[in-house]
Amino acid sequence: MSQAQNLRTGVIAKKMGMTRIFAEDGSHIPVTVLHLEGVQVVAQRTNDRDGYTALQLGAGKAKVKRATKADRGHFAKAAVEPKRKLVEFRVSESNLIDAGAEITADHFVEGQKVDVAALTIGKGFAGAMKRWNFGGLRATHGVSVSHRSHGSTGQRQDPGKVFKGKKMAGHLGQERVTTQNLEVVRVDAERGLILVRGAVPGSADSWVEVRDAVKGAGVEGLAFPGKFRLGDEPKVVDSPAPGSEEAEMVAEGAPVAEAPAVDAAGEEDAKS
Amino acid sequence: MNLIQKLEQEEAARVLGEKVLPEFSAGDTLIVGVRIREGERERVQRFEGVCIARSGGGLNESFTVRKISFGEGVERVFPLYSPLVESIEVKRKGHVRRAKLYYLRDRRGKSARIAERTSGHGIESRD
Repeated sequence: MSQAQNLRTGVIAKKMGMTRIFAEDGSHIPVTVLHLEGVQVVAQRTNDRDGYTALQLGAGKAKVKRATKADRGHFAKAAVEPKRKLVEFRVSESNLIDAGAEITADHFVEGQKVDVAALTIGKGFAGAMKRWNFGGLRATHGVSVSHRSHGSTGQRQDPGKVFKGKKMAGHLGQERVTTQNLEVVRVDAERGLILVRGAVPGSADSWVEVRDAVKGAGVEGLAFPGKFRLGDEPKVVDSPAPGSEEAEMVAEGAPVAEAPAVDAAGEEDAKS
Repeated sequence: MNLIQKLEQEEAARVLGEKVLPEFSAGDTLIVGVRIREGERERVQRFEGVCIARSGGGLNESFTVRKISFGEGVERVFPLYSPLVESIEVKRKGHVRRAKLYYLRDRRGKSARIAERTSGHGIESRD
């Protein structure tokens, strides 16, 4: 597949919740709202140094005073504010993006397919009916106490044991799940929003990873290596003013001077 | 206001466009203009009946209109912000003491009447 040879980075997003969009023909589209909160490239992993190529992305905002000294040094190297969440995305060598670049929501285009991965909502210790969709036992006809039990778990003296992997009650949820081939319905680069059709794993306000669908994005015109902006003045609404306390604290520890702010368009290819 | 509420407000404004929704409640007689597509042609069908319920809130709000068609009770549920709802006209305001008039389903004729309301919310007082 061409995707595997030319792998773009994904993004970290925050799941905001669900809403609906009305189409002109009267149908409605259930959408999940994903928000990009200052998603920046924090580090690069290269084949020479690390044995694989990937981008380490950070999102959210962590308090500078609560970041460890090691973390502070790590973020200072890329001249970015401390991030709440760090995730590595495998990319092709040609799609590496410079550290400090902020990925924008129009990295994804409307109509394309994406895979979204996140930790599902934890359900605790769940019975076989909830966990494996077992039917349970009958409500009457002599069944007592065990209406929601799983029933038999095996055979007789031969084999005389319960096979490994038998579906039984146990912990459900709080595991990493990827939902594949969700359609991007709308993209709002100004506010950093991606609206995908359907549900996404995880609770509201949890971090999710959005990638191009491994089975193919299904559209032409994806930006390579990606859509991002450079410069220390992100236009995201929620971000603090550049002169704020935290921004200065980062600047102190930053050995590398920030690249000069790019022009008005703010989304040009860094390498061009 | 959180982000979802803001998005829903924007979506409601986008769907409505020039349209203005009148103030109405259960008990009012409405004429709903419904856009219907027949092949290539599009026309507006009028559905006239009593609003027996409004449910949900915000972008997800819907209302139920009931009428008697050829001796058979017919109910339609419209999403308030559906693009298919071309217009809503309040023909008559009704005086009722319930938010949901499901009891009308068991009634016919005289007992299913609703008295007209001439004062109260949504009506400017005349001196």
